[in-house]
Amino acid sequence: MSNECKVDCGRRRLVVATAAVGGVGAIAALVPFLSSMLPSERARAAGAPVEVDIGSLEPGQMMTVEWRGRPVWIINRTASMLETLPKLDESVADPKSEKNMQPAYCKNETRSIKPEYMVVVGICTHLGCSPSAKFKKGSDEGMDVAWLGGFLCPCHGSTFDFAGRVFKNKPAPDNLEVPPHVYLSDKRILIGEDKKGA
Amino acid sequence: MASNTSFEKYKSDGSLQGNLLEWFDARFPATSMWRAHLSEYYAPKNFNFWYFFGSLAMLVLVIQIVTGIFLVMHYKPDASINPNGIPVAFASVEYIMRDVPWGWLIRYMHSTGASAFFIVVYLHMFRGMLYGSYRQPRELIWIFGTLIFLCLMAEAFMGYLLPWGQMSFWGAQVIVNLFSAIPLIGEPLSVWIRGDFVVGDATLNRFFSFHVIAVPLVLLGLVAAHILALHEVGSNNPDGVEIKKRKDANGIPLDGIPFHPYYTVKDIVGVVVFLMVFSIIVFFAPEGGGYFLEYNNFLPADPLKTPPHIAPVWYFTPYYSLLRAMVWPLFGIDAKFWGVVAMGAGVVILAFLPWLDRSPVKSIRYRGPIYKTLLALFVISFFLLGFLGTKPPSYSFFGVIPGAPVAQILSAYYFLFFLTMPWWSRIDKYQPEPDRVTM
Repeated sequence: MSNECKVDCGRRRLVVATAAVGGVGAIAALVPFLSSMLPSERARAAGAPVEVDIGSLEPGQMMTVEWRGRPVWIINRTASMLETLPKLDESVADPKSEKNMQPAYCKNETRSIKPEYMVVVGICTHLGCSPSAKFKKGSDEGMDVAWLGGFLCPCHGSTFDFAGRVFKNKPAPDNLEVPPHVYLSDKRILIGEDKKGA
Repeated sequence: MASNTSFEKYKSDGSLQGNLLEWFDARFPATSMWRAHLSEYYAPKNFNFWYFFGSLAMLVLVIQIVTGIFLVMHYKPDASINPNGIPVAFASVEYIMRDVPWGWLIRYMHSTGASAFFIVVYLHMFRGMLYGSYRQPRELIWIFGTLIFLCLMAEAFMGYLLPWGQMSFWGAQVIVNLFSAIPLIGEPLSVWIRGDFVVGDATLNRFFSFHVIAVPLVLLGLVAAHILALHEVGSNNPDGVEIKKRKDANGIPLDGIPFHPYYTVKDIVGVVVFLMVFSIIVFFAPEGGGYFLEYNNFLPADPLKTPPHIAPVWYFTPYYSLLRAMVWPLFGIDAKFWGVVAMGAGVVILAFLPWLDRSPVKSIRYRGPIYKTLLALFVISFFLLGFLGTKPPSYSFFGVIPGAPVAQILSAYYFLFFLTMPWWSRIDKYQPEPDRVTM
């Protein structure tokens, strides 16, 4: 570039200013297109709470219900399942549920409102696969001999205990998410809301 | 050649066709393009077997576009459940397979074509590594090629969601969730990509749009750029010597032969052989033993249940192994973020090959033992990473050697091969290059 201005400098400034204004307009035109890819109003409105009857859930069994397109597990934990939890405090990454993966009323040893009933979103916190139940102790279901029971994510091998707490040194960073839920009666749960009378 | 040769316009001999061509050529660069890219594009005379795969990649691109056009006439990107309890998209693929006349053939050509595309492209890329085709002055051809490879991966990934089977759904779930690993913007970004809080109808529709419109357009543009850049600088050859250094009195390379008819005829032979193999797969083994079409994808998508073992289609598995190899958090960021970084870097690092390679010769024919050994190990580790990527993380060889640490070592080698190349490519022993190509 030479120092002397061979073009009309006033015109050049106008050209630059015009291009800049046009560029801003072009970027602004991107907004509607990119925004159209966000969840629609209908998708945002979806996700009504789900009412579940757990009367027929026997101890040691689990059931799966769909809430906001995701599986939510309800596990009726037996005494022997609950006994494994304190033993695993050393092996899990977040034993005290310090990370915000559950409502405040579930930040306890069993990560639940009632000790026996675990309500948890069955989606691995790594990349969103749904872990498989591996409830039997030991190597019967292809786990380690020392396995005390819990869940295995088939995609990348993360393991979780009966409270959905992730084991250390696994790809998943966090414990499984406990959704907001409330007991409408002894055997009826509302998943997706905290308060009664919805 | 194209840039510095000016072609004369066509002159009619007075016949009707001649007059028509003259009229046309005066208004469109028909004969000059024909001569610049075919009849007077001089390619080295010593091309071998490896040089089939570029033209074959173009053939597969045409197969994919043509079969895709006809599939779209019957396919429905709709995740809603039909009265029989089956998702509409899944049912429309079954409809193509069972009720549309010849639909099964068109669908199998398209699904086999996806795997064939990656086979020929991987071989095409390996050819570039064998003969140093990425070296100066062909760096830009190589970069366009890397971008084509990235586009192809995006195209294949989004196309795989469309049948809305179990593998479609959970594969997309995993890959889209990869983006949520990016600090701060990750979570909103993955919601924006899905268009919903879970993979659903919105995701299916936009992937369909990208798969049939956006990515193919970009892909075609990149292929055009790839070929234009190639024809600007001229083709490399198995000896890695520049044929333009030795020209005859007319300025034509002594070792060059016109692309048409010499290489058009040669490529037709390649096309015939390719179509024989392709037809055998399409007609007798379209599922490719579960590698081309995964068995779990014959089950409709179920958002509540992940199949016991999920793995990507074979062509993604080497990179999937790189992803899985990262299991440690670094700098306070989750391991999954570093997995994503490793996977992306595994592809992007290819683009830097022209500057990582410091050898004085291009072709493997004149390179020393270090390159030959390390490249052989690279190929073996690439295959092993691919194999391990199809297996669950708990896999072990013969039940004794655990697969996960092996994959981690091989992943480290994958990157070290590239990152240490500036050093070992300089100290290797080399033979002198010949002055002209050898046959």
